[in-house]
Amino acid sequence: MEIPYTISTRPDTGLWNAKVGIWLFLASEVMLFGGLFSAYIFLRLDALPGEWPHGLLNVPVGAMNTAILIISSVTVVLAWAALKMRRYRAYWWYMLVTILCGIIFLVVKLTYEWPQKFEHYGAKLKPEALAKYEKYLGNERRTEKGLEPRVEITGHLENHEALADPNIKEFEIGLDPVYVEPNNPANDRPHFFYVPPTDHVAKIDKEDVERNTSFGPWHNQYFATYFTITGLHGLHVLGGVLVFTYMWLPVSKKVYQRNPEHLANRVEVSGLFWHFVDLIWIFVFPLFYLL
Amino acid sequence: MSLKAFHFVFIFLSTAVAIALGAWCVAIDMIEGESIYLAGAIASFACALALIIYGVWFYRKMKRLGIIT
Repeated sequence: MEIPYTISTRPDTGLWNAKVGIWLFLASEVMLFGGLFSAYIFLRLDALPGEWPHGLLNVPVGAMNTAILIISSVTVVLAWAALKMRRYRAYWWYMLVTILCGIIFLVVKLTYEWPQKFEHYGAKLKPEALAKYEKYLGNERRTEKGLEPRVEITGHLENHEALADPNIKEFEIGLDPVYVEPNNPANDRPHFFYVPPTDHVAKIDKEDVERNTSFGPWHNQYFATYFTITGLHGLHVLGGVLVFTYMWLPVSKKVYQRNPEHLANRVEVSGLFWHFVDLIWIFVFPLFYLL
Repeated sequence: MSLKAFHFVFIFLSTAVAIALGAWCVAIDMIEGESIYLAGAIASFACALALIIYGVWFYRKMKRLGIIT
């Protein structure tokens, strides 16, 4: 049985069915991401002083990923326009670039950005222990300057066995540069580039630590929202890549040969979804990376 | 809304983000004085300009081809 109104418009809506469907779907997506962004805003507004980190993400990498997604939006529209002009070969190439852009975005996220966070640790200190680690925190000067206090010490955990072994009484952390020179004015502001931990190892008594975890979603509210939103966004990118790959494979050429407008309509609705996914990233990038 | 119209909205917002990133780099550069931020600002503004030029080119192309959806 033939599905009606895949090419021609319905007389009652004036649209073909898939276009109505994709916009209803995108409306639900707006509610989904809108709820998550609202959660982010309220968690950030209610965060205690020093509890909401700044400058932990790599801005150049984030900007590069933003550019990749913008390029993919351009190529998907050009692919659709090529189909409208009945230039299948051009469509094929533009779609290939779109797919590659989506894959590069995911590869950067999954092999560079996320793993870098998972191997980084932060020891959140108990409030009564903050003074003991003043030489790493520099909070006296920060208080004088009216800056938010530092409440955790971050870097690479040198003795992972300390996490499980109760007989080991200290965490050994290869410090991030900011904790080696906490009173250096250059460290008052966050750095937006990746700076590797130093060889300077700090020993922190376990009893002074509230929690010591890697920078995963379990670490704090910032990383919980970061991984939830970027993870969900990444799943959408993956979905888009899979759909585009299907429409790029030879099986879609049969649809094109039967009726080119049918394939053009399919590309248009998936292109609308892709634009929405890219638009989400346009909001994610400044929110998490810059502000 | 058609893909064409949504694309214009997207390019407009992308341009806004590129300009915002450039302004952010300038603001940081004025405090830190590191040349990498200045380079970032120049790259961001160049991207914004490229997006504007692309937007105009795409509009003319669509008009010329008469693609209406």
